[in-house]
Amino acid sequence: MTLNEVAKALDLKVRCCESNLERDVTGGYVGDLLSDVIANSRAGSLWITMQVHVNIVAVAVLKELTGIVVVQGREPAEETLKKAVEEHVPILVSPVPAFETAGALSALLTKGP
Amino acid sequence: MLSRVRADLHVHTCLSPCAELEMSPRKIVAEAVRKGIGLLAITDHNSAANVTAVMQAAIGSPVEVVAGMEVCSEEEVHVLALFDSQEKALDLQSLVYGHLAGRNDPDTFGLQVIANEQDEVISLEERLLTGAASLSVGRIVEEIHARDGIVIASHVDRESYSVISQLGFIPAGLEFDALELTRHCSTTEARSRFSSCRGAVLVRNSDAHALAAVGTNVTEYLMECASHHELRKALNGEDGRKVLTEV
Repeated sequence: MTLNEVAKALDLKVRCCESNLERDVTGGYVGDLLSDVIANSRAGSLWITMQVHVNIVAVAVLKELTGIVVVQGREPAEETLKKAVEEHVPILVSPVPAFETAGALSALLTKGP
Repeated sequence: MLSRVRADLHVHTCLSPCAELEMSPRKIVAEAVRKGIGLLAITDHNSAANVTAVMQAAIGSPVEVVAGMEVCSEEEVHVLALFDSQEKALDLQSLVYGHLAGRNDPDTFGLQVIANEQDEVISLEERLLTGAASLSVGRIVEEIHARDGIVIASHVDRESYSVISQLGFIPAGLEFDALELTRHCSTTEARSRFSSCRGAVLVRNSDAHALAAVGTNVTEYLMECASHHELRKALNGEDGRKVLTEV
């Protein structure tokens, strides 16, 4: 399933890199400790987090994650968005907490749209 | 003339909810004297309210007290802020207090005791000092430097509340004056994990929450005297001042 399809199904708002949404989402990962995400996330996953620091972009690039969903109505910092555009990492936002966002993504990936 | 100064730059008082009540101004100073500490920084969580009391308790002792604070950023990164006066520490405290939410629950987190130099209880702080300030770590570092402060990244080898655990690595533009190692981090591990990090002056402090820990796992510095000014020179390696081998 593409990131674009996931964004529509979960009603996520795209904050940058709208032209990079045709990538495949093959899984999901939830984490706010970047050291943990570096250690345990898998390439192709959509990363769900509350962190908005610019380092999230570097972690997404390093781990070849499909994109980042910032949850609970938080907004990525300006510097983070700038870096994400440079690195072509889509950042999306969700008004609901990580639990609901991850639950919806998990159901979507299991059952299909 | 330069001489060795043993410094413990990370000590909590009874104001920090997680610290023991025995961490009162006089007892901390007495313990520091006993352990041969020349330079002692008081670094409570998000507050400098006990700094002046410890400074007063240390008058006439061989211990020089540095006004400090351990600030928790919105990313939940802990950083030590060390200042050359209590006024600057209290100025940072005003900023941090304006970005702290919640009330302390002593039964859950512990008492937050503001004491005087006679070890008497003045009041109980009601803000939730154990929480995170809604300030980014970058902003906090800037605000400390703007007040001529020294910034040390707390316990970088820890699995929680360290810049590395929270942010994965130290990003460009985040300028720490030193990185702190806990007693759990061997010199070998420190060199392999952190010597290539930005701001890689590695120092050790106790992060004492109880009296027995004060002055343990500390670093010695070559300085002219025990002061904030000399500490900065030592961290920068200026005029012959330097950080001596980790102890």
